[in-house]
Amino acid sequence: MKILVAMSGGVDSSVAAALLKEDGHDVVGVTLRLWGGESDSGCCSVSDVDDARRVAQQLGIDHLVFNFSDDFQRSVVDPYVHDHARGVTPNPCIECNRHLKFDRLFERADVLGFDAVATGHHARVEFIEGVWRLLRGHDGAKDQSYVVHVLDQRRLARCLFPVGTMTKAEVRRHAERLGLRTAHKPDSQDVCFITSSGGRADFLRRRIELHPAEVVDQNGQALGEVDSVELVTLGQRRGVAGGGGTKRFVVDVDVASRRVVVGDESELLVDHEIGADPVWTDGEFEGDVLVQCSAHGEPRRGRVSRSSHAGTDRVVVAWDRPQRRVSPGQSLVFYDPIGDWVIGGATVTSSDRRSTS
Amino acid sequence: MNGTASENLVYLDHAATTPMRESAIAAMMPFLAGEYANPSGSHRFARRARQAVDEARDMVADVVGCSPGEIVFTGSGTEGDNTAIRGVVERTGGRAVCSAAEHHAVLHCVEHVGGHVLGTDAWGSIDLDRLAACLEDAPDSGPDSIGVVSVMAVNNETGSVTDLDAVSRVVRRRAPRAVLHTDAVQAACWLDLRDQWPHVDALALSAHKFGGPKGVGILAIRAGSPIAPFVLGGGQERDRRSGTHNVAGIVATAVALHDTDRERAHEAIRVAELRETLIAGLSQVGDVHRTIPADRSVPGVAHVCFAGIENEALLYLLDEQGVCASAASACASGAMEPSHVLAAMGVERSLAHGALRLSLGHTTTEADVDSAITAVVSAVSHLRQAAGR
Repeated sequence: MKILVAMSGGVDSSVAAALLKEDGHDVVGVTLRLWGGESDSGCCSVSDVDDARRVAQQLGIDHLVFNFSDDFQRSVVDPYVHDHARGVTPNPCIECNRHLKFDRLFERADVLGFDAVATGHHARVEFIEGVWRLLRGHDGAKDQSYVVHVLDQRRLARCLFPVGTMTKAEVRRHAERLGLRTAHKPDSQDVCFITSSGGRADFLRRRIELHPAEVVDQNGQALGEVDSVELVTLGQRRGVAGGGGTKRFVVDVDVASRRVVVGDESELLVDHEIGADPVWTDGEFEGDVLVQCSAHGEPRRGRVSRSSHAGTDRVVVAWDRPQRRVSPGQSLVFYDPIGDWVIGGATVTSSDRRSTS
Repeated sequence: MNGTASENLVYLDHAATTPMRESAIAAMMPFLAGEYANPSGSHRFARRARQAVDEARDMVADVVGCSPGEIVFTGSGTEGDNTAIRGVVERTGGRAVCSAAEHHAVLHCVEHVGGHVLGTDAWGSIDLDRLAACLEDAPDSGPDSIGVVSVMAVNNETGSVTDLDAVSRVVRRRAPRAVLHTDAVQAACWLDLRDQWPHVDALALSAHKFGGPKGVGILAIRAGSPIAPFVLGGGQERDRRSGTHNVAGIVATAVALHDTDRERAHEAIRVAELRETLIAGLSQVGDVHRTIPADRSVPGVAHVCFAGIENEALLYLLDEQGVCASAASACASGAMEPSHVLAAMGVERSLAHGALRLSLGHTTTEADVDSAITAVVSAVSHLRQAAGR
């Protein structure tokens, strides 16, 4: 097969490319230039592109750079900023996968005549009883099925995750055996366009106005202030607790009236969540699922169904027992309760919360 | 013959770099081998190297139309631009001026020293009205006076030629004390430099753009121009550019420039014909926009924009066919940047995404042009069909 491998300059995608080459495929590596601004981690700094190119040279495969920075700005960065401005905390890595890696890159691979696209994600794709299944990576600690849940049958059929059956230690050992320069490169952790020196606050402050807000308890009693209501996340404890020995959690963020409500953990418990814009790996689904609410969160049991009153592009997840609320903007990813495969996902909305509780 | 023996390449990227002339390679070989002396030395061995550099300087001066003492050998065209712009600003304290369509070697220098970046006309040449206004607004002395105006002779992306005579008339009348510099890197193959030099005070060239080696540049500096040296050290090149002479490179540069000059009139006609054949061939696919008309462009550049095409994809497909072409300049990561030249000209960003530069030169043949037409037409048709799905 002729395969386009997205190479970030990290060890996982380096080994992904190596494995495909070893299997005799016609492999071309590509590094996506996504973010043109400041960066200290992530996958598009010049030194990461250098690493990807040097690994490709060592493997004897061609290496390209595609400049998708316009699309990245439009589909990931602008919504990230806009969401914060309205009190929503999005997951930019999922949006990047959705719009860039598994849309723009697939589209490009298509017109250039590639049979498949591969990445270094720790996830697996298997063809089981006539269906392309997206499964968790074998290394439980590194599993990335959560962030790639946006794939559908059409994409899954042409998507390869060569390191998904390996543990991270095995990936590094393979890179060492091949003498790849990325063998001991640390994993990237953070959002690629946020620098560690300035952080999220600095990034947002340069793009939108951040507003101070009053912190109150459930009875409206003022407890203090926060500098930027846009940076407060539901469920947060740090920085808003005020005095006293009680553990206080953010239980409501109202950007418009610049108010943060804190309360007891029990105030965060709900019996359901509403998800917007659901995506499905193999068509629409209703029934019992395991739901993961963050990249490495503990899955919760629940039942996903079409929402009768929340609109057609919504789903309702009813929890088996009350669960802490999930921040608006985060993704709910649905797994088969026994099969470990991804059924689909949706994004938690901020609206409709009170009307449907 | 397309200069590459081992691979079946169709090389149409002469504006990026040219294959070295055989004569230049032959001329440099002795200085890479036996004649390794430093020309600044005082022994007989050094004197032979010194003579080679002196003779090279005479040859270059002859082609530029200046005196040998006005020729400074540098390490690149970029260094020449840096020296001319930052050297004047350092010496005079005045401001620098250029257009937004300049090569980054000029643009980034002018931005670096806080100069004025002006708009262009529809062909990417500096807007003369805006230039006149900018110069008139500036005082005759002091930090806001104009120290240097830098105007490229030929645009590196589009091949568009700027009338330096007209520019010089604007500058001389309104800012008589300003240094007028030209980045003539893309001009050497196509324009008689003797016609350009009288209009300017400084002129930068790059050897590898005319069949010479990489790593050698020429900066002609009119005697008496207030330009501080950019590289300080042992005082070579009459204190205008320190650093041990690249003797082999300088000798090869002189030969390449001399041969380019000798063949120029004939080559310009031959290559212009090939370029017209090329553009006519490309026009078969329809919705092709020729960026610069023939009478405003050097013969060596065919710059077109294909509507509805992403040139990153186009270049990949051309590369698969062995056609070496380019679009805009690449950033440090190797990613293609949207063209600042087309943006300055007011070309719509979506159309600029479909920009393609095919650049021809002394080794380009009719067969190269035919292969390129076939490859481009097929790639563009394919991409448009794919986009229409």
